[in-house]
Amino acid sequence: MSADITAAGTDLRAHADAMFLRKKLAAFALPAVVLAYLAYTFFAFDIAGLAERARIDNARTLLADTWSYKTHVTRDNRSGGMTVAIEGERKGTYPEGTAPDWVSLGEVTRVDLGEGHVVEFLPGNALRYDVPGFGPIEASVSRARGVQINLDEAELPDWISYSSARLNITTEAGRVSLTRNRTEVFRYFPGWELFFFTLDSPYHGVPLSRILFGARVDPERANLAGAFHDFWNNDMWRHRDVAWAICETILMAFLGTFGGAIIALPVAFLAARNFTPLRVVRFAFRRVFDFLRGVDALIWTILLSRAFGPGPMTGALAILLTDTGSFGKMFSEALENVDGKQIEGIRSTGARPLQRYRFGVIPQVVPVLLSQVLYFLESNTRSATIIGAITGGGIGLLLTQAMITQKDWEEVTYYIILVILMVFAMDWLSGWLRRRLIRGGDSGH
Amino acid sequence: MSVIASDPSADIRGDYLRLTRQKRLYGGLVLAIFLLLMISGFSVAEGRNAGGFISGLPQILDFPAMVFSEAWEKRAQLPGHLVHYVPALLETLNIAAVATILGTGLAMVLSMLSTRGLALWPRAIPLFRRVMDVMRAVPEIVIALVLIFVMGGGPVPAVIAIAFHTGGALGKLFSEVNENADLKPVEGLASVGAGWAQRMWLGVVPQVSPNYFSYALLRFEINIRASAILGFVGAGGIGYELKNTMSWGQGKFDEAAAIFLLLFLTIVAVDQVSGYVRHHLTRQGGH
Repeated sequence: MSADITAAGTDLRAHADAMFLRKKLAAFALPAVVLAYLAYTFFAFDIAGLAERARIDNARTLLADTWSYKTHVTRDNRSGGMTVAIEGERKGTYPEGTAPDWVSLGEVTRVDLGEGHVVEFLPGNALRYDVPGFGPIEASVSRARGVQINLDEAELPDWISYSSARLNITTEAGRVSLTRNRTEVFRYFPGWELFFFTLDSPYHGVPLSRILFGARVDPERANLAGAFHDFWNNDMWRHRDVAWAICETILMAFLGTFGGAIIALPVAFLAARNFTPLRVVRFAFRRVFDFLRGVDALIWTILLSRAFGPGPMTGALAILLTDTGSFGKMFSEALENVDGKQIEGIRSTGARPLQRYRFGVIPQVVPVLLSQVLYFLESNTRSATIIGAITGGGIGLLLTQAMITQKDWEEVTYYIILVILMVFAMDWLSGWLRRRLIRGGDSGH
Repeated sequence: MSVIASDPSADIRGDYLRLTRQKRLYGGLVLAIFLLLMISGFSVAEGRNAGGFISGLPQILDFPAMVFSEAWEKRAQLPGHLVHYVPALLETLNIAAVATILGTGLAMVLSMLSTRGLALWPRAIPLFRRVMDVMRAVPEIVIALVLIFVMGGGPVPAVIAIAFHTGGALGKLFSEVNENADLKPVEGLASVGAGWAQRMWLGVVPQVSPNYFSYALLRFEINIRASAILGFVGAGGIGYELKNTMSWGQGKFDEAAAIFLLLFLTIVAVDQVSGYVRHHLTRQGGH
């Protein structure tokens, strides 16, 4: 008898041990499988080769450009003409003969880079750079002998790169470059240049208090109107175009989301079990929804832009088609969950089918559907940004354009911040509407 | 006497009718504003589009017809094309899968750091919530494009971009799941001196893992689409091949058709399988 019990005990014990072993193995197997998969992708994606493909200098310019800008002081070594231009752009060029206060134009142009660094453009295509703690560097360029320098070529520090074709000096204060064609000095400043007004605007450099309360800066125009006009039409930052682009993106999301919902609502009845007894019809509409969702916004965008050309409407229609599929599926599931008693009650008053739907079904499902639609509104704002980059519309297009030029990273940063703020705003709006409308809809219960 | 008695009921009736009328008026007004917004929005969008809606409508089937006829002409080559693009499809799937795995890991940590009762630093909960909000708000394409500039084209920028977004999106859902986790196992583990990571891994994760898995699977579906789109802007995979065949134009439409087909079938297959699995998971979970 007691032997029996111990036998059963050991049996049970062995059983439990086996179970624990199985569980332990399972607990280790899953992470192991994931790790093995990650190891496989490590080689499939060639992560090891990434180091040589990565461009660290690109990352450095990107980082520097996002928070700072440079002003170019340039001498054309053939004609001797001087230009001072912000970011070297035409729209940021100072008018002939004028310069910021750290550049003094003249026979000898003196550029003060700050912290004791001074560069002088000497006559005869020569240059003198006083580096504190190092001493003056003198260089000149001539057609016959190329770039000449006063330092011993063998003992140049690593921040000077020199050949007979070009001299580059990079210090913490700025950068100097000398070639046969031109002598250039770059000075870096924190901030985004000319964000409010370009140089040709009379409001550039005028303090805000004077624009708001002072006398007219431009006698032709009232201060506020003129300042707004110049800001809005800023050639470099294109605030007007950016505002339009944001509106386009939001419009795409809005039209796509609600258009999809409006189309999906009646069709969803045909795919719901309790409203469409015919199995064939239900099946057909469900497959239509699956198809619309499965084709994906990317393919819809490509197909539609062939017919309608690039622009916000194409993007809106692409979102609309994909969302009709998603909403159709979600709505028909919600409709299958409606309470039949309310419909029966309405029917008992002699209501026609349309009235039964209007008063028996719609009030039940609208809060649920609306909340789903509003959830989509926020995520579609992000989709619209991406679709805009493909089909050519909205802030997505501006973003890709600014990235392709690979130099206006401050604009890229600006757009990214705007995109994030836009998504936040839509998130907040959809949450607010959800609370308002659904509470309003619930008040009857 | 009878006058006094009938008055309040008439009042109630009048009040009710007035309330109903007011409600209807507001409802109608909201509907009218909404319709106005839709119509004017559509006309603005159409005005800023390269082609109009009405003029483009007849052409809507031209391109699919062109692709289809070319694919039909060269139908003998279609199986070959399908096989040819499987590696690219695999890359797209790998990008989505790796990004989902990494994003899920990130989301698990972030969600636990931002759930009351579980957080390692309770004071930093709002901070981690904001971090997740920002991560969710950044569209994948933004990070992908910046990283492509720095790292060169390829799958890695896409993986990082999608994983980043996934971390934020799943983190929010996970922290909602965490709120419902039973804290007793966590307390039990704490009483035997377990560290924070041990408490989370052994006390919380076993409770919530079915829900986590279900959400991650849903995210995997979304990420396949995202990965295809990112390929289109230069991150490799099937989207990149699609872009190449599309910019080639006529003559390669049979290959474009093969890619369309592959992408469509993949999305539908993953959609169906994950729907089935999720259905079973949530049912098992006792819901």
